[in-house]
Amino acid sequence: MPSERGLGARIQGAVVGDRIYSAAITFFALCVPVLLILIALEIFLAGWPALHKFGFSFLTSSAWDPVNGNFGAAPAIYGTLVSSTIALAIATPLAIGVAIFLSEFAPQWLRQPVAFLVDLLAAVPSVVYGLWGIFVLLPILRVSVMPFLRDTLHLGVLPFFSGPAYGPSMLAAGLILSIMVLPYISSVSREVLLAVPRSQREAALALGATKWETIWGAVLPYAKSGIIGGIILGLGRALGETMAVTMLIGNRPQISASLFAPGYTMASVIANEFSEASGDLHLSALMAVGFVLFVITLIVNAVARWLVWQVSRGNGERAA
Amino acid sequence: MQRRHSSGLASVITRALAVVFVVPVVVAACGGSADQKSGGGTPAASTSSGADLTGAGATFPYPIYSKWFADYAAKTGVKINYQSIGSGGGIRQLTEGTVDFGASDAPMTDEELAKTKGPVLHVPTVLGAVVITYNVPGVTQPLKLSGDVIADLFLGKLTKWNDPRIKSLNPGVSLPATDVLIVHRSDGSGTTYIFSDYLAAVSPTWAKAPGRGKELQWPVGMGGKGNEGVAGQVKQTPGAIGYVELAYAKQNGLPYASVKNATGAFVVPSIESVTAAAAGAAASLPPNTDFRVSIVNAPGADAYPISSFTYLLINKTPTDAAKGKKILDFVKWALSDGEQSAAALDYAPLPAAIVTRLSARLDSLSAGPTS
Repeated sequence: MPSERGLGARIQGAVVGDRIYSAAITFFALCVPVLLILIALEIFLAGWPALHKFGFSFLTSSAWDPVNGNFGAAPAIYGTLVSSTIALAIATPLAIGVAIFLSEFAPQWLRQPVAFLVDLLAAVPSVVYGLWGIFVLLPILRVSVMPFLRDTLHLGVLPFFSGPAYGPSMLAAGLILSIMVLPYISSVSREVLLAVPRSQREAALALGATKWETIWGAVLPYAKSGIIGGIILGLGRALGETMAVTMLIGNRPQISASLFAPGYTMASVIANEFSEASGDLHLSALMAVGFVLFVITLIVNAVARWLVWQVSRGNGERAA
Repeated sequence: MQRRHSSGLASVITRALAVVFVVPVVVAACGGSADQKSGGGTPAASTSSGADLTGAGATFPYPIYSKWFADYAAKTGVKINYQSIGSGGGIRQLTEGTVDFGASDAPMTDEELAKTKGPVLHVPTVLGAVVITYNVPGVTQPLKLSGDVIADLFLGKLTKWNDPRIKSLNPGVSLPATDVLIVHRSDGSGTTYIFSDYLAAVSPTWAKAPGRGKELQWPVGMGGKGNEGVAGQVKQTPGAIGYVELAYAKQNGLPYASVKNATGAFVVPSIESVTAAAAGAAASLPPNTDFRVSIVNAPGADAYPISSFTYLLINKTPTDAAKGKKILDFVKWALSDGEQSAAALDYAPLPAAIVTRLSARLDSLSAGPTS
């Protein structure tokens, strides 16, 4: 009898403990999304006066005039998207190349040092990239790369490579971003490629595939969703990067087709102007820019999730 | 910058976390937004528990202020904590009452003054100046520029260095046919305020179009971040012209132009010519001035025209009388002893005429908060 009561109490106690535990876990898990929603809400409310005043034209207008209180974020939105696109266009093939080399080709003694050095790129502070960009990258761009693209290759006939070459430009920002996002993409891709089962490679080789055919036909498709995930991680970094971009992009709120022309990004506007902004509308406009950046990042991530999901579903079907 | 950015985010997160744990979501979010509007996410001054006085504001005078605070602490034992978060942040924190005094390169606007809890006294401490730096290939001697030419350069109306108007100011200098590239500050800055204040004073077109402010809608050119960003861009690009603080230009050996002043003389920017500008402007100050005056394009044959005060902002009716007295004591010390160390740090000291008037004003303030 006493032992029975003891057992009952123990069960009772375990149930209560479970309940408390599960409530606590649920609470902590909910904290994260709630935090996110609160941050979004707070930025939105702070930006509301500007969003309300300018309406949809906040997204389409190129005016950014703090003196007269007239704000439009179009050049900054454009600049953020274009610089990130350039960054991904350059970094993705390079990073995947690095990942394939390291996981498939590199001799053992080379693998670790190279992987370490590539990962180290991610540890360099943003402001150091900016300084390096100002003192090394910009002069090279101005003196060699830009004239070469424009005059020697005659790409100047295209609007993208026309106009005077001063150095600070959308191209410079895109290039520095590509270096900064490369380690993210390559390190995720490398891990994913290494995780591809040996049997996948052996099966392809057994069918008489060359090394290249094995990688292209058997390894890469298997790793596709993971690699896309890595690219998205890089994109997120590129969209939000502030310091290095601000130092190299020329900070001019204009939309220009030429990649040689200076531009602006959303993160740069906020970083540049927040500390000295004193007018209510100006502060609110900066908050609104922050909110737009938040929404764009959210959309990009949602699209990425959808992509990864599509790809992995495709994989599953093929496997089945 | 990066750090300020992330600490701003951190403060938002901390606040949001506090909100999660304390109050229902909707109510909290509304309260948070009202807070945000005035707070602006700048780091709070509560970190400085060990200090007797706390202040926040302008970055330009930070080197001299920190020397003053150190010297003053050594002499009197009064510790002052100062955060150089920018003039805008200093004004916001003073308005909210989270600091005992603020500091700003530009005087507060009437709109800003209307929001403060009590009347604010502007105390000029030292003088700053903005110089025009340039990179014109083949030009070795210092260029001479006038207000209207500088304005038209920055308006994009003069596009070549061999423009007849620039040539006529610099007889005997062989100016190349290089394109002019304008470089301005991209970050909000008191330097930009002083420069645009000057251009608005000498050019009616400038006064109308970009106007005066810490951030502007620039007609042409590109933005560099900080003095170093502008200087770096100018140094590297043939044909570039930009503006930086005098102290920065001196310490980094940049070339800078002499500028035609109100009396028609070309004046090389220097500590003496900047102090002369303040002396020239002092003569025309009304007896009850609040010192919120622009001294750009000041009269006086030796006055460098792109000069400005930088201010400490003090509550005239402090809630804590003991702290109020401490601040006044410090300011009096700064104006007498502190000014001596200004020149060594490349700041122009106040002219004697201004110091005398300021001291009289401060004495009347410590006698009793009347005005």
